[in-house]
Amino acid sequence: MTMKVKILYFAGLREAVGQAAEELELPAGVATVGALRAHLAARGEAWQALAVGRNVRAALNQKMAAADAALAAADEVAFFPPVTGG
Amino acid sequence: MDAKPEVSVQEADFDVGAEIAALSAGRRDVGAVASFVGLVRDANDGSGVSAMTLEHYPGMTERALEDIVEEARTRWSLLGVRVIHRHGRLEPADRIVFVGVAGAHRGESFAACEFIMDYLKTRAPFWKREETPAGGRWVDARETDDSAAARWAADEGEGADWDDIQQRR
Repeated sequence: MTMKVKILYFAGLREAVGQAAEELELPAGVATVGALRAHLAARGEAWQALAVGRNVRAALNQKMAAADAALAAADEVAFFPPVTGG
Repeated sequence: MDAKPEVSVQEADFDVGAEIAALSAGRRDVGAVASFVGLVRDANDGSGVSAMTLEHYPGMTERALEDIVEEARTRWSLLGVRVIHRHGRLEPADRIVFVGVAGAHRGESFAACEFIMDYLKTRAPFWKREETPAGGRWVDARETDDSAAARWAADEGEGADWDDIQQRR
């Protein structure tokens, strides 16, 4: 069974990783938002912006999500810095 | 109900007077309208700011603001709420955000207006990028914004952190 998710990046994180959006086939073992973040952070230098310790927030299907939120097929996951509106 | 949406995310400016008037237009039960307007400052963190660009997460932004308004409505008895947040490029003195709350009495209107702003600051997916003499820079989130939002949870039984609130003011 394959699970594809849509991933969005915003603000400084979008600039750091050099892309705004992608579709990704989830590798085996990547079943949560936190695991996805760790998987992406391991891609290389630019992706260190997503590494543990960096101040990154996540949303799952347009709702703020914690690291243990479970992923399902066709989910929309977004990673971004803490928000600064208002 | 009125046809106007409670929440708008837009590039266009808004008319503060018209928005405030609309919150009590045609009704006789409103005793207090509280409002907040956020503006672009010409300086931040020690350097001049000539402009800023607000990025947001289309789709989630509207939903996040609606959730915040909904949360406010569970906490106070409100007769009307209006939230407008702009995005795109803005210059000093431009309006960024409007929050207006109508209630029967001032207490709930003031409180709900501040609550909505505090939650918006930490939960609505907007990001500011400032243009300064040294170039562009993303605005860092402030810890005071987190503590301002957190005190609304603390008010509900965990014990409010008054030192924190005093500092913030």
